Amino acid sequence: MMTATIEPEVGKARRRKEDARLITGRTRWTDNIVLPGMLHMAILRSPVAHARITSIDTSQARGMSGVEAVVTGADIAEAQGSLPCAWPITDDMKSPPAPSLAVHTVKFAGEAVAAVVARSKAEAQDALEAIEVDYAELPVVLDMAEAVADGARLTHEDLGTNASATWKFDSAEAGTGGDVEQAIADGEVVVHRTFRQQRLIPAFMEPRSVVVDPTGEQLTMWSATQIPHILRLMLAMTLGVAEHKIRVIAPDVGGGFGGKLQVTPEEVIAFLVARKLGKPVKYTETRSESLQAAHHGRDQIQKLTMAARRDGTITGLKVELLADMGAYLRLVTPGVPILGAFMFNAIYKIPAYHFACTNVFTNKTPTDAYRGAGRPEATFAIERMMDELAVELGMEPLEVREKNWIKHEEFPYTTVSTLTYDSGNYEAATAKAKDLFGYDALRAEQAERRAKNDPVQLGIGISTFTEMCGLAPSRVLGSLSYGAGGWEHAAVRMLPTGKVEVVTGSSPHGQGHETAWSQIVADQLGVPFEDVEILHGDTQSSHKGMDTYGSRSLTVGAMAVLKAGHKVIDKARTIAAHMMECAPDDVEFEAGKFTVRGTDSSVGIQDVALAVFAAHDLPDGVEPSLDSEATFDPENFSFPHGTHLCATEVDTETGQVRIRSYVCVDDIGAVINPLIVEGQVHGGLAQGIAQALFEEAVHDESGTLTTGTLVDYLVPSAADLPSFTTGLTETRATSNELGVKGVGEAGTIASTPAVVNAVVDAVRHLGVADIEMPCTPMRVWQAIHGGAR
Amino acid sequence: MRISVTVDGTKYDDDVEPRTLLVHYLREQLGKTGTVVGCDTSNCGACTVHLDGHSVKSCSVLAVQADGCEVNTIEGLERDGQLHPMQQAFHDNHALQCGFCTPGMIMQSLDLLADNPNPNEHEVREGLEGNLCRCTGYQNIVRAVQDAAGKMSPGAGPEVERVANEVAGRHSARTPVSSGGE
Repeated sequence: MMTATIEPEVGKARRRKEDARLITGRTRWTDNIVLPGMLHMAILRSPVAHARITSIDTSQARGMSGVEAVVTGADIAEAQGSLPCAWPITDDMKSPPAPSLAVHTVKFAGEAVAAVVARSKAEAQDALEAIEVDYAELPVVLDMAEAVADGARLTHEDLGTNASATWKFDSAEAGTGGDVEQAIADGEVVVHRTFRQQRLIPAFMEPRSVVVDPTGEQLTMWSATQIPHILRLMLAMTLGVAEHKIRVIAPDVGGGFGGKLQVTPEEVIAFLVARKLGKPVKYTETRSESLQAAHHGRDQIQKLTMAARRDGTITGLKVELLADMGAYLRLVTPGVPILGAFMFNAIYKIPAYHFACTNVFTNKTPTDAYRGAGRPEATFAIERMMDELAVELGMEPLEVREKNWIKHEEFPYTTVSTLTYDSGNYEAATAKAKDLFGYDALRAEQAERRAKNDPVQLGIGISTFTEMCGLAPSRVLGSLSYGAGGWEHAAVRMLPTGKVEVVTGSSPHGQGHETAWSQIVADQLGVPFEDVEILHGDTQSSHKGMDTYGSRSLTVGAMAVLKAGHKVIDKARTIAAHMMECAPDDVEFEAGKFTVRGTDSSVGIQDVALAVFAAHDLPDGVEPSLDSEATFDPENFSFPHGTHLCATEVDTETGQVRIRSYVCVDDIGAVINPLIVEGQVHGGLAQGIAQALFEEAVHDESGTLTTGTLVDYLVPSAADLPSFTTGLTETRATSNELGVKGVGEAGTIASTPAVVNAVVDAVRHLGVADIEMPCTPMRVWQAIHGGAR
Repeated sequence: MRISVTVDGTKYDDDVEPRTLLVHYLREQLGKTGTVVGCDTSNCGACTVHLDGHSVKSCSVLAVQADGCEVNTIEGLERDGQLHPMQQAFHDNHALQCGFCTPGMIMQSLDLLADNPNPNEHEVREGLEGNLCRCTGYQNIVRAVQDAAGKMSPGAGPEVERVANEVAGRHSARTPVSSGGE
């Protein structure tokens, strides 16, 4: 074995293992799967947002060439059960049954009404057109505020209300702070603002796809999902199928962003149909179906009241939200805005806090998690408020923030919303960002442009954010009525030749687990990076897991891997001691080698693996195995933070916004792979900027999605985005062994308010106090020239 | 209808339905699943391939239109197990995450360099406008294309030039991918 000190893998900009198949076209997407005798499914969707189904005539479709089955909601009404919602946020939450195929009524345009299964996709598609459905249209509920007013039309008649639940937190009641009403009454300055979080669409690049093979002893489902483990459990629990008779595989998955954190109608329908026909069935959605029927994100009306003293000290914050659930509660729909409840106080010391959120049903596509899930909404609102407070007080916006944020020497710090932030250094991140940005020079240029009334005005936007990541301590999830824990599982197996298989319960779809986990394990076991293989996304190899979302894979999933690795080392130590004829306590392990303390007698762990395999001479009672499993349940969240600064040029004559420069300094704790970190930040920024400037799911007055193709739903292209300047500071997390905090959502959470603050700042002197997102040229122009909505 | 096409160097004579799109022919009839479908309005560019040396969105070309043509896909770029410089540059610069847009993005990037062997950042961004990526924010894609441009230019080294030349030679009559300076 090698004896030289090996350069640590952790921290190295390793190029990704995953790339080899992705750049050559050898990727295993679900839609690539072809099985003998496989049938193709197509789905008929409701063209109307709210209606009673008065009749469905499938007779003609059933007789068409190649058609093996036509299924309606009535055909599977019993079998399909209700799609699961795992997060009943209150005891009295209203949750209507959520059929996979509509039975009597449709509640949103795009809801599945019938399915055709045929020999080819084209034949299935042709037969869809031969199905006759009669709809008796009902009044549609589209506006959240109207939906909760007296006498409102109802999304679900039998519920008697459009309000699903109201969830509250009050610092006076919780004993974590003062009475917010008193703080507002006593406030020297009180700022009231209402913000609109528009509805977004995750728009992962790979459309959702599912293949079901019912021919084995275990029914196998391949799905483009983020959550193979949760999916298996939910299929078992909602369809009444024995869990051990289901195998779920998430092969290569083309992005998710929360959009594939779901148990979908399409998966359930394909499951039921394949099982009934006894033949494999594939369904792949079109992009238009995806935009219309896959869950949407955001969509809140946020009313904020902030009280402060004249010197800039915040004395109270009151948050009243309406959150659009859409027509049904999907897997974690009700909990998304509740995650935000803990983040409105952000990095600030707020002595009195009240949060109330009412979840509202409308006749629109259900919402659910989208990158950040609740935390971007909260961060946007508080960071917009900090700018508004600064304006009210005539203070510099960074100064107001610094006045209120938790100082680096005050950690650990328990916030008014009950979370304990373990570490952070907002001063350091801000100083570095200001420096990279050239803050003072840009402020000077801004003043100059204002003075000379330049048609192109410069704005500077700030966002000093934090987020709660590493979802989640199981006890906390329990206290929030979530239906599961937040642990993660892993296994580490040393093979006879010393190669290592690592099984992880988190399920990547672009994050680079195979590379990062290999780096971590290579360092821990002292084996080459290339000798480690990461297995994931298949319930047969990875029988336990909570999957990937909420920036949890590294902070929770990799900790389970390390924990399993420690057990392997402990086992190997006993055997190495036996091989070297000494006591285990006398054996040190470093860089892959066991050494008898104070001697040069040593044996490598990969050699121990071979000895274990042979099992000729093991200590009494020791099993011939270098395998271990572990489950890690975090004790706390992690709290990445950072300072993002954005400079925009706003053309006051056209309303056009151009991002001139964007600087972010993120503190995500220790870095495993700087290349992957940078990529995550870039992609996150792009999605956050897209919310600020481009994207919005728009419905017309009949409830039809008018942004139902990529022509209308403006996912930004390379030409729409700038290059970013990224930097890092490192304050290690104290809650895990590696000191990591997670990076998947940071860019998205932080960037939206930075951009909007910059746009508003550019035209503030023209009398503009807010511009609704997305800040399109028309909206910006209207804000400047009047006639704003 | 009967068509005869050469895809990644192999000749195929096939019967196709007139309505079959080129991308479906590639994926379903030839098993060339490296090329993928990301939308139905030709906005995303995930299905980009080269048709007689020019990039096309294979969802907006009928298979019958490819009759008598040469088609090159992501699966035909490697030579003797060696990555094309553009593939290598995407890997080196972490220009992909989930990888779904990557085949189309690489094929479009090659077409871009065929038109403009040494593009600046703005030109790369404009040249890739028809290809959407949801993961990377594009910055590393831009970097990769410029990196590949440098490596594929004359004098960049015999090995990359050899690979680039072979690929370019098969790609088109206008082949400036490796020759540069046109």
